[in-house]
Amino acid sequence: MFEGLQDGLGSALKTLRGKGKLSESNMRDGLKLVEKSLLEADVSFEVVRTFMSRVTEQAVGEKVLKSLNPDEQVVGIVHQALIDLMGPVDHSLHLKGKDEVTVLMMCGLQGSGKTTTCGKLGRMLKESGRKPLLVAADLQRPAAIDQLHVLGEQLGIDVYSDRTNKDPVKVCNAALKEAKKLGVDVVILDTAGRLHVDDELMGQLTNIDRQCGPDQALLVVDGMTGQDAVNSAKAFNQALELDGVVMTKLDGDARGGAALSVKQVTGVPIKFIGTGEHLDALEEFHPDRMAGRILGQGDILSLVEKAQREFDQDEMLAQEEKMRKGEFTLDDFRKQLGQITKLGPMQKVMGMIPGMGGMMDSLGDDVDPEADMKRLFGIIDAMTAEEKRNPTKVIDQSRRRRIAAGSGVQPNEVNDLVKQFDAMAQMMTAMAGKGIKERMKMAREMQASAMGGGALTKKKQGTGKRLTPKEKAAARKARMKEARRRKRGG
Amino acid sequence: MGIFDKFKRGLAKTKSVLKTDVRDLFKSEGRLIDDGFLDEMRALLFKTDMGYDSVEEIVAEVAKNFRGRVVTLEDVVATWKDKLSELMAQDASPISFAQNGPTVIMVAGVNGAGKTTSIAKLSKMFVDEGRKVVLGAGDTFRAAAVEQLTIWSDRLGVDIVKEPQGTHPATVAYKAVERAVETSADVCIVDTAGRLQTQKNLMAELTKIQQSIRKLIPAAPHEVLLVLDATTGQNGISQAGKFTEAVDCTGIVLAKLDGTAKGGVVVAIRQQVGLPVKYIGVGEQPEDLALFKPAEFVDALFAEVGVEPAAE
Repeated sequence: MFEGLQDGLGSALKTLRGKGKLSESNMRDGLKLVEKSLLEADVSFEVVRTFMSRVTEQAVGEKVLKSLNPDEQVVGIVHQALIDLMGPVDHSLHLKGKDEVTVLMMCGLQGSGKTTTCGKLGRMLKESGRKPLLVAADLQRPAAIDQLHVLGEQLGIDVYSDRTNKDPVKVCNAALKEAKKLGVDVVILDTAGRLHVDDELMGQLTNIDRQCGPDQALLVVDGMTGQDAVNSAKAFNQALELDGVVMTKLDGDARGGAALSVKQVTGVPIKFIGTGEHLDALEEFHPDRMAGRILGQGDILSLVEKAQREFDQDEMLAQEEKMRKGEFTLDDFRKQLGQITKLGPMQKVMGMIPGMGGMMDSLGDDVDPEADMKRLFGIIDAMTAEEKRNPTKVIDQSRRRRIAAGSGVQPNEVNDLVKQFDAMAQMMTAMAGKGIKERMKMAREMQASAMGGGALTKKKQGTGKRLTPKEKAAARKARMKEARRRKRGG
Repeated sequence: MGIFDKFKRGLAKTKSVLKTDVRDLFKSEGRLIDDGFLDEMRALLFKTDMGYDSVEEIVAEVAKNFRGRVVTLEDVVATWKDKLSELMAQDASPISFAQNGPTVIMVAGVNGAGKTTSIAKLSKMFVDEGRKVVLGAGDTFRAAAVEQLTIWSDRLGVDIVKEPQGTHPATVAYKAVERAVETSADVCIVDTAGRLQTQKNLMAELTKIQQSIRKLIPAAPHEVLLVLDATTGQNGISQAGKFTEAVDCTGIVLAKLDGTAKGGVVVAIRQQVGLPVKYIGVGEQPEDLALFKPAEFVDALFAEVGVEPAAE
């Protein structure tokens, strides 16, 4: 969609330019697209409005209007303005020394993901060598205490709860005393979800805040929240003076415009984002990546980071060396695909690559990238060593048939794979030894050209054009003529 | 308590906020409908989350009717209501019960939308109507989800079928329906774990749950309800679309309508996916569930503007 936005802007401005000079008012029309995109991403209307007036000022400047590629420039300006609005970053929980107890307090609306986030934070702290204690201060929702206990057990983290006490303020106070006894250094208070308009419960939250004096009050916000995000964030901030925000459920297709709204009304940094139900799915918040997401751009940086974490570096170097020498084989190709699958579900991985997110959608539902991947592995595994080394030269029709039968696919799929591998190997060889920027550029070009045929591409479709009888006759005539000519020529 | 009272009670908290806003649009008697006015109006409508297209349609309608004229608040609000009712284009849509045998209701939604609480509320409604209810604790994934539903079943005095955490939810669903048939219950409500609509495997699991229910009763589930958090923004459209694709949702339960969020995304959903809203949740108590009545929803949205709807 980021590409969508840029394309939209590009074509809008192009048609305008076609009519004459690109003017300020034309540019304003183009900017309507940006506004729409932000509103569709659930950025609060007021925030969009102030944001647009700031961006418009820059976009209608001489420099942009007279530049060769105003659409790119505008998207750049928008992107940067979004980053500025969501920054600066502060991922630190400002923990005190290990000889003291740091108190973190989680709050938010019902169902925003507080308890799960408590578990995730606990896990993260434990991994960094801290000793956390989870406190079940949600006495409202049935079985909330059990939920926290289950999480604590899974993670090997202490959980404090008191089922006989009905007052969360007292529970929190008692937990702090307990914390000193247990020798923990971070206490995480899991408070009940509450509506920001519920004065009684908001008062209770203020009480906990006053009595326990948390070092960090964190608001947990559902990443799918709409326009209402401003109202709730404002109310929680007034009641507690928040120190940070955690945005959850960002592993779906929500564009997460609420991040912008929340940052704007509270002024506190977004520290983390939740990207899955599993307890390790907590990531640091990066405004630049979020900006891309809000605009519908992929998250290539997170992907690269993840890749660096998951890929076997030695293996990568060995393969790069092979590529440089032009010795890249199907075996290496298979290894690479294997590494990619390590990154997580293909859907998620693809979504992080700019432009691919939209492509995944256009593939339709009958395409399952996971299954495609498995099929590719199957085909490669059905080949002999020689075939894998030199597929383009060795694999003839009968071998193709054998491989297809061996892997349970159609022969043309074997062909597609070989073709795709060939295109990729060429590109890889060309890429080897180049910088990351150039590689990305090449990858983009490849996306446009080499994605014909093979797996993960669009199913073959009719051209939608049928020849008229007249055209057919003409084509036949041409064929006959050619045949006659060849006969004569011998 | 009348349904409309519930609506108003839920929305009452937002009244003061919006009242000033809308009244500001009309400083004295009537106001000239010009671009400035339309833009201010746009801002108000956007805050309901009804989405870009719906907002623009309503704005265009007002512009068409009144541009260049001086009109009163009531005139404009009447146009809003008309247009919005037209966009919603649905009647009240209660649960349609099976002719014979238990009516099976499957409940699905994203994490934290309010599925379990909504199930408790639905159960309460059925029990009050004198129907016998069996619950299926199908959220075997989230920690303590089964316990949460069990507590509700105890409070409401309804039967519950549960299996240990980690059991395949399709098994739980099957057994729940089986129990409902055996005990000749009237309603069987099957809970499912929260899932984001983009998780293909989990969505396929949902389809599988549905299929396992059909093994016992081919016409079941008679209702598949999508629980939608009223604070959800435009992502609600994607939720409605993808859940409907997986399990043919029959309607929406719009939860958490007692905050300041308006749940306007249901208008966009109605436009793009066609799914009607069946019930609304307006509080944390089991009786805080009301049949969704479009006209009242529209009225309640604009009740704060000072145009009181006709009494029931």
